[in-house]
Amino acid sequence: MSRRERLAEDDSYREWKGGYRSYDIVKEACIAFGVVLALAVVLTILFSSPDEKPSTVQSWARTNPVDFVTTAATELDGSSGTGGYGPPYNHASEGQHILFIRPQKWLGVSHPVNSAQDFVLAPLRSITGQPALQAAVTAYESASSDQQAKWTTAYENGLTKAVATARGSIIVPGGGYGPLPTIMGGLLGFAQSGGLDGALLSSRQFYQTDYTKALLFMADGSVLSDRAQAEHLLGGQWGMMNETGGYPGQVWLWLYTFWYQIKPFSTSANADILVMAIMGVLSLALILIPFIPGIRDIPRWIPIYKLIWRDHYRSLGT
Amino acid sequence: MSATEERSWTAAVRERAVATLPPDKLLADKQPSYVASWIYVFGVLSLSSLAVIILSGTILALKGPGWWHFTGIGRFFNSIHLWSVELFFFVMVIHLWGKYFMAAWRGGRKAVWITGAITFLVAIPCALTGYVSQQNFDAQWISTQAKDAMNAAGIGSFFNLLNFGQMYSYHILLLPAAVVAIVIGHILLVRKHGVVPPFKVPATTSRASTDAAGSDAQESVS
Repeated sequence: MSRRERLAEDDSYREWKGGYRSYDIVKEACIAFGVVLALAVVLTILFSSPDEKPSTVQSWARTNPVDFVTTAATELDGSSGTGGYGPPYNHASEGQHILFIRPQKWLGVSHPVNSAQDFVLAPLRSITGQPALQAAVTAYESASSDQQAKWTTAYENGLTKAVATARGSIIVPGGGYGPLPTIMGGLLGFAQSGGLDGALLSSRQFYQTDYTKALLFMADGSVLSDRAQAEHLLGGQWGMMNETGGYPGQVWLWLYTFWYQIKPFSTSANADILVMAIMGVLSLALILIPFIPGIRDIPRWIPIYKLIWRDHYRSLGT
Repeated sequence: MSATEERSWTAAVRERAVATLPPDKLLADKQPSYVASWIYVFGVLSLSSLAVIILSGTILALKGPGWWHFTGIGRFFNSIHLWSVELFFFVMVIHLWGKYFMAAWRGGRKAVWITGAITFLVAIPCALTGYVSQQNFDAQWISTQAKDAMNAAGIGSFFNLLNFGQMYSYHILLLPAAVVAIVIGHILLVRKHGVVPPFKVPATTSRASTDAAGSDAQESVS
């Protein structure tokens, strides 16, 4: 079909000059609203909605103190997920990219996070009445970066053999850890008392709504992922589509989640930006379907329309 | 002053609006005879679901973000909100597929399709901001997982999924307002252009050469 013929045919669909029948749009809308409301109420009565209590730093430090301290040690030396993240949290890396396209880097650090200062040292500085702890923090801060690295490396190795006691503290095999056992013991106690939850809130004012730091810290440990795995919510379990308790979640994200299940995305260090780029292109394609040859013609090739308008075609004898 | 000069902007807008979409077209009590399939129900079901979402969401917003966690009635309205969202996406996707297989952009209706597709795409972050505003474990998990895609695309610098206050603002005002505005535009376009007529089909009987979209002969058999 030539372009002119196609435009002429398209133009012929502008106005319907055939028959009409009575139709009560307001009545239909009211009935539809009633049906949807009734369905929502029935689903509510049958299934309610999920509401698993959030994890806290306090609950994490109490239930899994070894993981908490191990995570805190990686925050201190910058080897944690947040410590090496890059923008928008810090300059530790340039972030993900596609060829020369680096939006993560270009948009810069908008929510600055220094994992050592924000997650460990500054909260400890807020604790009063513990001179030994403050002296340990001072000793760590005044040491050279090489010395700090030796302490944290040795301590992280020791933590692989650490065990938790019944009272919630941890026992780490002896080693050259410098002031770290005192620092981490203080941080663990602070976290178990609930103080660190408050200290991690980002805002400098009384009212708090930004949980960036607390969530980043918890996400670096296993407190969230352990619960997510138990609820089948991990990325490899198509978790973004579901909610706790087997509830349907954002099922409409199935295509977005799908890409993470296959190579090269499942193994790529740039998976997120690749998936976002693909979904961006597909979203644009969805909007522009009327202009895309082939895609816009499929409805004509697969005659589902004959089913939809079967009464109409029957009435025409076609 | 002449009569032309005295004509107000208000009158000009009204006359333009009425000429574009006269009341009998805006609230038509007739529809083309070919509109006779269950697939057409999913458009109005999408609108109805959106209405239930907004009503239940308004109640939740009036009581504040923490209310539903510790009251039975709050949990009830949160559940209504959740299920109406699930219904909204379910019926909207069917509506979208139905309109795709009708090639509903034909006859100068491209803007109708485009506004419908944009509604679907804007509804996705609208729902996402709701999921991360729940203040429970789901919110923690979803926000910490989804942040990487946002950050990788650069969106995270101004759209921080870990900032409850920002996400709540997006969820109860900015994105719903965008969805409602686009939906209103979509509906007005549908009312203006009407429902897309059926495809013309190849002749199989002596009468089949009839143009499916506008012949007098067709009118006589409809």
